[in-house]
Amino acid sequence: MNQAIREQFPILHQEVNGHPLVYLDNAATSQKPQVVLDALNHYYEYDNSNVHRGVHTLGTRATDAYEGAREKIARFINAGRSEEIVFTRGTTTALNLVASSYGRPRLQPGDEIVVTPMEHHSNLIPWQQLAKATGATLKYIPLQPDGNIDLADVEKVINSNTKIVSVVYVSNVLGVVNPVKQIAEIAHRHGAIMVVDGAQSTPHMKVDVQDLDCDFYALSSHKMCGPTGFGALYGKRQLLAQMEPIEFGGEMINDVGLYESDWKDAPWRFEGGTPIISGAVGLGAAIDFLTEIGMDEIEKHEAHLANYAMERMSQIEGLKIYGPAKRKVGIVTFNLDGVHPHDLATVLDTFGVAIRAGHHCCQPLMRWLEASSTARASFYLYNNEQDVDRLIDALVQTKEYFGDET
Amino acid sequence: MKLDDLYRRVIMDHYKNQRNRGSFEDGAMTVELNNPTCGDRISLQLLVEDNKVKDAKFSGDGCSISMASASMMTEAVKGRTYEEALELADRFSALMKGEDVEFEEYEEIEALSGVNKFPARIKCATLAWNALRKGIVTEDN
Repeated sequence: MNQAIREQFPILHQEVNGHPLVYLDNAATSQKPQVVLDALNHYYEYDNSNVHRGVHTLGTRATDAYEGAREKIARFINAGRSEEIVFTRGTTTALNLVASSYGRPRLQPGDEIVVTPMEHHSNLIPWQQLAKATGATLKYIPLQPDGNIDLADVEKVINSNTKIVSVVYVSNVLGVVNPVKQIAEIAHRHGAIMVVDGAQSTPHMKVDVQDLDCDFYALSSHKMCGPTGFGALYGKRQLLAQMEPIEFGGEMINDVGLYESDWKDAPWRFEGGTPIISGAVGLGAAIDFLTEIGMDEIEKHEAHLANYAMERMSQIEGLKIYGPAKRKVGIVTFNLDGVHPHDLATVLDTFGVAIRAGHHCCQPLMRWLEASSTARASFYLYNNEQDVDRLIDALVQTKEYFGDET
Repeated sequence: MKLDDLYRRVIMDHYKNQRNRGSFEDGAMTVELNNPTCGDRISLQLLVEDNKVKDAKFSGDGCSISMASASMMTEAVKGRTYEEALELADRFSALMKGEDVEFEEYEEIEALSGVNKFPARIKCATLAWNALRKGIVTEDN
């Protein structure tokens, strides 16, 4: 990755608290390149209109941009066809849609839903609620001491009662890449469907939903250089076709009578109301941007930064890194002895270094790690080794600052 | 933004040597409060009698600001009537808003005035005081 990529992100070129900004909170949200900002501006300056209903020119342009984004997302994750992409507000809404629309009418007492303890709350609470509402049981695939999943454990937990398996592809805390393809194979062998939370994988690596053979795959725009408030659910065509909408109103209907109505086909039946058109436009531009750079390149770059950071961090006494020893993705979660993560994040901020501190929306995983909270540095394509060096310098100074006070 | 504005020596002292940390064997009322955005937790115990806070202890887990604030609050509130304790909590809220208030009862609290320059950390400082408020209101009813 070169300086030219970094140049395309205007937000990075500012000082925070008297220091050039080092943004290492990419697992929370990513920054936006100029091309995405321009696409949003252009849409509102020239094309803004409602979709699927205007006969006029702007209506056609807006619809083309909106549906064009569906095709871009489909290609980006290698979905078989663009009708398998449902637009949502983000990963959370996408996963809730599966739980409510697919799960609610189909599950009953005795059925089992399988997740892992490393799920983000957005891939956990919808299943907890589904289990409560239907009488199904929620089960967990245990984790290995380093945070990895052992397929032998998956074989033990999934059985003929399992109806839904939902697993995060890349953990936002442990930085592990889970074997979702193999888990999908086990799930299918027992007649269950496989749901993949792709919030942290889609922005950072090549994703092929047909190769994974997952039934549903959820993603967020804002973590992959696109705007907030937008995302998508991939669903296999035959499954989406059987599912009922959970939101009703304009745009999603076929024919409306006084007492009865029916719906458009999927995916449009799930997109009631005026959709987030600018979100689709922005994510479309982000996908073009990422595709041009190449997802393999991005993945390699981030893995390099994470491993470089871990190597340097391991030289700081009292610094504990969570998760496996080697990284394929750019997420490093840690704690510094004697300094609470919130204090750490505040001190780092005064050096212009932005990291995340807290439970990362993973309270069950924090309990598993026996940490009430942790600090996390997460990298993206625009970060470089100097960013890691600035992080390390700030960590060393934090340690000195807190050490002095004893 | 200077770090020393936030981490004054007196705050670090209260963090490293937390006063009134622990719990009463019995006879105390307990208030549990957490901060869902960051995971800080406090369990505050109050020994109350005749509309007075006779004694206070706390346990929990959190950053230096939240724990130091709990340490100071429990020191300051001992022996105060409900009314006095609530007034103290109000004054602490004013301090967090950057108002020029004094704490003659327990001057060390004023060391936390710097927190108001770090808006993201105000909720850390107020956790223990919110627990106090909740405890007194519950008991008073």
